[in-house]
Amino acid sequence: MAKAFDFPGGIHPPQRKTLSTRTPLIQAALPTRVVLPMDQHIGTPAEPCVEVGQRVRTGERVALAQGLISADVHASITGTVTAIEERPVPHPSQGKRLCVVIEREPDGDDEWCLMPPLDWRQADDDTLLERLMHSGVVGLGGAGFPSQIKARVRELHAIDTLLVNAAECEPYITADDLTLRTYADDVLEGARLFARLCRAERILIGIEDNKPEAIDTLKQAIDNVVTRDTQSEPPFELKVIATRYPSGGEKQLIKRLLNREVPSHGLPADVGVLCHNPGTLRAALRAVRDGEPLISRIVTLTGEALDHPGNVEARLGTSMHELLTAAGLKEHELARLVMGGPMMGMALDSTALPLVKKSNCLIAATERELPAPPPEQPCIRCGACEQVCPASLLPQQLYWFSKSREHDKAELFNLFDCIECGACNYVCPSHIPLVQYYQAAKGEIRERRHEAHKAEHARHRFEFRQARLAREAAEKEAKRQARAQAASRVATRTAQPSREAAQGEDAAAAKEQVKQLRIAQAAAKAALRKAEKALARASEAGEADQDDLDDLELQVATAQENLRATEARLAAAQQAEQQGETRR
Amino acid sequence: MSLMHASAEPARLPTSTGRVMAWLLLATLPGIATLAWYFGWGVLTNVLAATAFAVALEALVLKLRGRSPTATLSDNSALVTGVLLGVSLPPGSSWWLILVGVVAAIVIAKQLFGGLGHNPFNPAMVGYALLLVAFPLPMTQWAAPHGLFGPEATTLPDALRLLAGLTDPLALDGMSGATPLDAFKHKPEAVMASEFWASSPLPEGTMNAWHSVSLAWLVGGALLLYKRLIGWHIPVAMLGAMAVIAALLYGVDPSHYGSPLFHLLGGAAIFGAFFIATDPVSAATSRKGKLYYGAGVGVLVMLIRTTGAYPDAVAFAVLLMNFAVPFIDYYTQPRTYGHHAPTRGIKVKRLEDETEEPR
Repeated sequence: MAKAFDFPGGIHPPQRKTLSTRTPLIQAALPTRVVLPMDQHIGTPAEPCVEVGQRVRTGERVALAQGLISADVHASITGTVTAIEERPVPHPSQGKRLCVVIEREPDGDDEWCLMPPLDWRQADDDTLLERLMHSGVVGLGGAGFPSQIKARVRELHAIDTLLVNAAECEPYITADDLTLRTYADDVLEGARLFARLCRAERILIGIEDNKPEAIDTLKQAIDNVVTRDTQSEPPFELKVIATRYPSGGEKQLIKRLLNREVPSHGLPADVGVLCHNPGTLRAALRAVRDGEPLISRIVTLTGEALDHPGNVEARLGTSMHELLTAAGLKEHELARLVMGGPMMGMALDSTALPLVKKSNCLIAATERELPAPPPEQPCIRCGACEQVCPASLLPQQLYWFSKSREHDKAELFNLFDCIECGACNYVCPSHIPLVQYYQAAKGEIRERRHEAHKAEHARHRFEFRQARLAREAAEKEAKRQARAQAASRVATRTAQPSREAAQGEDAAAAKEQVKQLRIAQAAAKAALRKAEKALARASEAGEADQDDLDDLELQVATAQENLRATEARLAAAQQAEQQGETRR
Repeated sequence: MSLMHASAEPARLPTSTGRVMAWLLLATLPGIATLAWYFGWGVLTNVLAATAFAVALEALVLKLRGRSPTATLSDNSALVTGVLLGVSLPPGSSWWLILVGVVAAIVIAKQLFGGLGHNPFNPAMVGYALLLVAFPLPMTQWAAPHGLFGPEATTLPDALRLLAGLTDPLALDGMSGATPLDAFKHKPEAVMASEFWASSPLPEGTMNAWHSVSLAWLVGGALLLYKRLIGWHIPVAMLGAMAVIAALLYGVDPSHYGSPLFHLLGGAAIFGAFFIATDPVSAATSRKGKLYYGAGVGVLVMLIRTTGAYPDAVAFAVLLMNFAVPFIDYYTQPRTYGHHAPTRGIKVKRLEDETEEPR
C-alpha cells in the first residue's frame, strides 16, 4: 500500500493560512517584563545561574543546560532579575515551572551582550559545536529538541542529506512561510552551516505548494548563492510537494522526498537524513555569525478573534497577552487559545503565559471557528481512521486496546509508531478523541516500564550486596581452612594409621569439589565477560542514560564479586586436595 | 488533540454516525421499493413493524441500562437493524415472528454485548438465523410475485391481518411459494436443470422479480460506495468468490449446479454483499482483512448452498465469518511505517531469561 515517494493516508483540512500571510513580518514591541521558563526544550530543564536582583543584559546567559539533552536560556531583555520562582507556563500539564523573571525600566536601553562573531567557513567543528551549545538554539518547529545534539550526529551516523523541513502542513501556521519570505538567505546559509557540520552531500528543501511567495523567494535566493559562490557545495535542491496533512511530519516528509523510511523507534539519522526547520537554521546561523543567542523567535498570531493577525518576531518570555493585544485581540470573542497548530497543538487556559522557544503559533479562535467537539459516540469500526493514517496503523484497533488497557496488544499493533498527527480524530464520524487515548496509553506504558526498570535496578543492587557478602564469607572460610590445615599438618605427624581409609574418602570428595568449583569459576568468568560486554556496548552506543550505565556497572561488579568468591573457594579446595595427596 | 473536525467541512463522506446510518437507510430504499413492488404490502408491513420494534426495544434496554435513550437512538443504528431484518423476512410475517427476531437482534446480539460498536455478530443476521432455525415453516414461505396492485395481489388489509396473525399465510392463495434457490435446492436428483426450469416450478415471474430486486440492491450498494460508507473490498471479494466457485461448479456439471448469474442474482447475495457483510462493527478492519473476510463469506455461502441444508446461506456465512474476524484482524495488519514486515498474529511476550543468548 505504501507507494514510492509518498506516504499513505493524509487529510486536507481547511488551510486558514491566508489569515496571517497578508501582512509582512514585523518586530514586536520590546516587553517590559519577560518570564523565561527553564524547560523550553525537550530534555532536562536548565538551572538558573543568576540571582534575584542581578542586572542582566540582552543575550546574557541566565540558566545553564543540565545533562546530555538540555539547552541554555538567555536573557531576552536588559533589566533586573526580579524573581526566580514557579510560574504558569504553556505545557500540556497546565502546571507551573521554574522561571527566571526579568524586568526592564520602561525607558531602559536594550543593551546587548553578544558572543564574538564566527565565520563558520573558517572555524573548526569543535568551535562551532561549542557555540551552538552556548547559544540555546533548539528546534523552533514546535518540538524544541536542542540543536547542538543534532549537530553532533556525525559522531554516530553518516548523513548524506540535510533536509530543510519547510512543509509547514498544519493549518493556520505561517511562521516558516514568513521566515522564508523575509530571511531566505539566512536560512540557506544556516543550512550550509549544518550541512558542513554533518558532512551532508546535499541540501534538500521540502515545501508545500501552498506557499508560492516563499517558493519564489527561495528560488531567487538559491540562484544568488549559486552565482555568488561558484563552488557552492553542497548543492541545493528545492522540492515542492502537493499540500496534504501531515506532509510536514519528519518521517512523512522523508518518505515523500527521498522514499526512505525511518525505522521504527529510530531517527532520521538512521537513514542518513538530518531534518531542520527553517527558523532553527536561521537561529543557528545568527548564533554563529552574529554571536547572538536564541532570545527571540518568529511566531504566527492568528485566529478570527484577532483584528490584525500576522507574524511577529518577539522576544522569548513576552507575555502572550501582550502579543495578542498588540494584534487586536477581541477578548469577548476569544473562545479557545491554542499554541501550535489546531491538529497537534495544545489548548491553553489563559493568555497570561510567556512565549517560549516552542511557540510557533498562537491561535485566538472564536467559538464558530474551532467549535467544541460534539459528544463522543461509540466506535463502529467504520475504518475512516485507517484510510487517513499516515503511518499505516489500525487506529480503531489501537483505540480498543488503549481503552481497555490491553497495553501489550496496543504495543503489538505498533502504538509507539503513532505520530499523534490527529488525522484519525479529524475524520472520526463518532467524534472520538483517538489521539488522547493513544497518549494516555503511551503514558501508562512508559510509566510501567519506568517502574519495571526501577525494580530491576533495585534487584541488581540487592544481588550485588548478596554477592559481596558471599565473597567475604568465602574468603573468611578459606582463611579459616588454611589455618585449620596448618594445625592439622602438625597433628598428622603423630596420627594413627587407622585414619588412612577415611582420608582416602576425603581426598575423593575434595577432588569432586575442586572439579565443581572449576566449572563454577568458568561460569563466573563468562558471566563477567558478558556483563562487561553489555557495559561496553551501552557506553559505545552513547544512548543509554547515566542510570542505565550505573546499573550495568553494578552488574559487572556483581559478576566480579561472584568470580572472586568462587576463586577463593577454589583455592581453598585445591589446597585441601594437595594436602590430602602429600599426606598419602 | 485535534481541534478541527471534518464535520465542520463540506465533504462527500458523512461525518457523524447518525448521518452515516441515515444514508444507509436511504440506500435501502430502492431495494425495499422493488421488493414491495413485486411481493406486495407484506414487505412494507415487515419493515415498519421491525423498525418500530427495534426502536422501542432499544429504548427499553437503554433505559434499563441507565443510558439516555434519545442520545443513543439518534445514531439511527436501531433503525438500520430493524430495516435490514424486516426486508430479510418473508413478506407478510406475523408480528410475533418479527418480535422474536428483533429481540434476538437488538436485545441479545446488540445491547447485551454492550450496544453499538460492541457486537461481535451482525445483529440483523443473528435475529434472522434464530428465526430460520426455530421457525423453519413460516420462514421459508415466500410470497408469490403478485405485485402491489395486481388482481391476485395481497391487499393492504390482508397484509395487516397477516401481520396481526389473524390469517394463516398458508391459507392465502398468493402466499404459496418458495424462493428460486429453495426450489432449485429441492430439485429431484434425476431431473436435469434444464428440464427443471422448463417445468416452471415457481409462480410466474418469480425469477424476474428476484433479478430485479437484486439489481435494486445493487443500486443502493452503488450509492453506499459513492458516499464512501463502505469500501469496495468486501462486496467485490464476496461476490467474486461466489462467482468463481459457481462458475467452476457450473462448468463441471451444468445440469445440477446453478449458473453464476443464478447464484448472484437469484437470492440474497447482492443484498448480503453490500448491506450485511459490510457492517463495519462485525467485519474485519484492515483493507486486506476485508478482502479475506468477504471472500470467506462468499466461499461459505457457496458451500452451504451446494452442500448444506439451507438454500440461501448469507446469514450463516456472515455469522461464521464474524467468528473469524479477530483472527483475521491479527493476521492482516498493514505494514506500519518504519517496519520491515507487518506484525502477524498475537505474539506471546517471552520472559527476559528466555531471550538471553545461550552461553
